[in-house]
Amino acid sequence: MSRYRVFRTKKDWFSFIYDPKSIIIFSLLLIGLLILFLFSAALGEIFVHPVDVLKLFIGEGTEMHALIVNSFRMPRILTAIFVGIGLAVSGAILQGMIRNPLASPDIIGITGGAGVAVVAFLAMFSNKDNALTVSIQWMPFASFLGALAVGFMVYVLAYKNGIAPMTLILIGIGISALAQALTTMFMIMGPIFRASQANIWLTGSVYGANWLEVKILIPIILVLLFFSLLVARRINAQELGEETAAGIGAHLQRDRLIFLTLCTAMTGVAVAFAGGIGFVGLMAPHIARRLAGSSYGALIPVSALIGAILVLGADLIGRTMFSPLEVPAGVFTATIGAPYFIFLLYRSKRS
Amino acid sequence: MKTLIANDLSLGYGEELIIDSLDITIPKGEVTVLIGGNGCGKSTLLRSLARLLKPKTGTIVLDNKDIAKMRTKEVAKKMAILPQTPVTPDGLTVLQLVKQGRYPYQSWARQWSKQDEEAVVHALEATNLMELKDRSVDSLSGGQRQRAWIAMTLAQNTDTLLLDEPTTYLDMTHQIEILDLLFDLNQEHGRTVVMVLHDINLACRYADHIVALKDKKVYAQGRPEEIVTCQMVQDVFEMTCDVREDPLFGTPMCIPHGKGRCIVKQVAQEQQRQISS
Repeated sequence: MSRYRVFRTKKDWFSFIYDPKSIIIFSLLLIGLLILFLFSAALGEIFVHPVDVLKLFIGEGTEMHALIVNSFRMPRILTAIFVGIGLAVSGAILQGMIRNPLASPDIIGITGGAGVAVVAFLAMFSNKDNALTVSIQWMPFASFLGALAVGFMVYVLAYKNGIAPMTLILIGIGISALAQALTTMFMIMGPIFRASQANIWLTGSVYGANWLEVKILIPIILVLLFFSLLVARRINAQELGEETAAGIGAHLQRDRLIFLTLCTAMTGVAVAFAGGIGFVGLMAPHIARRLAGSSYGALIPVSALIGAILVLGADLIGRTMFSPLEVPAGVFTATIGAPYFIFLLYRSKRS
Repeated sequence: MKTLIANDLSLGYGEELIIDSLDITIPKGEVTVLIGGNGCGKSTLLRSLARLLKPKTGTIVLDNKDIAKMRTKEVAKKMAILPQTPVTPDGLTVLQLVKQGRYPYQSWARQWSKQDEEAVVHALEATNLMELKDRSVDSLSGGQRQRAWIAMTLAQNTDTLLLDEPTTYLDMTHQIEILDLLFDLNQEHGRTVVMVLHDINLACRYADHIVALKDKKVYAQGRPEEIVTCQMVQDVFEMTCDVREDPLFGTPMCIPHGKGRCIVKQVAQEQQRQISS
């Protein structure tokens, strides 16, 4: 076994095979993410030298720096990283399940569902004076429920002796369109300043992230990531096509339900905390596939890192380049993502 | 006696019936080939034998057990299927593909046991792919790709192999290469091979047992030399032909009538025809 390395405990209880190349890629991306992390902590309206940032981590540095980095920048950075992981892994799972590299959670309407829930929340809980009657803290929860509801609805509507990937996409596109219409309707119905608030949220931004949210976001994403890695080999099986997967003993329908649940939960959580940051679920797994091949054991962690880099990078550019203006991260992911999507379409048309 | 048996099997999609109360027994340790015209349901039958399609009525029994009641992984340890045009994900290497054959034996923790490694190495050697194991499957030629997929089913380490038109889209050299490989697997390891083939002459040469399907039923089944006749070809394929003995192998060889460039003297050809009929 030349290219691959084997890890095996005594009596084969725990064993796997891996490509050392993917470990190298993972390490390089991790280093890249750490550098970006450092820069994100350093850059902003007030510049904190990266060395001073490092000092903060070992408990030194000035109080001023601690305030800027720990209280203002860190929640935002961590939110960006974990939202990126959630979106990317969700996209990777969906692409494997549907066996189409052009699939992403945006396309099957999950993001749209979360969007409706948010505008509905803003419209319904505003009183006559345009003040919210409940705490804004509930907004992520509403968005998560919206994503979950759509995920479930798409699954039920597409169900006919099990679900076929193509039906799932078509139903998803339909639901997306419906969600779009409802979103517009709620935005018109609600007070005007809520509409612009909703609009920023729909574009996707990690602006205003706080430690409380971070403490909810991180454990959920980590747990979901862990489960995604557990089912990686099942995604590998499904990637071979329905017939082969069934032939080698995979439970098609049960696994698809698991994949869809993981995918919806990840997107739902990500969207809940950062809004509809688009195209990350499409791009990250696609880039990962080019770098690390199509085995999900490597594809999931590599996608996760690329997703984190994309969102963190987009946020860094968005808040520094046009300072004092803040451009939502979603604008930048879409700026790279949309041409990338067209390029993919163009290439798949030619082959 | 361990075999694959279909009892009173009816198959179809939606309302449409494709196979109507059919009974067949696949002989153990032999090569069985399903033949029939386009759309006669031979692929459908193969898929249901592999449990990819639920029968409308009837049962399929493998080693005295109803496969509908067996666990998916148990079926996968006894029977492997190669679909007609399998799709390979971009960039998947030969080794990664063949490794998937070990799926029914693996769990989340035990993903590459010694047995897995041995079975995969054995499958790669049998298909002569050891040198190509790190190449991506989509960069291989048609024949190599088909061998890689066969290697995957071999890694499954099953007694029975089902293949749906394994030689489609291959040139003649590679058709023979694939069929020779399957023949060796049958001869040397006693594996039961069931496949759908379009070429009746190759079917006669490689099959111990032929099942000819016509009008949702089995038209005839048995040794090629016993059942392949002008009449049978005419009924099953709706084509007139002569059946001769293959000069090299002695197996039946079907020569279609019809048009074409004839360079034998007309009279001699006419005589030949009369002798044979």
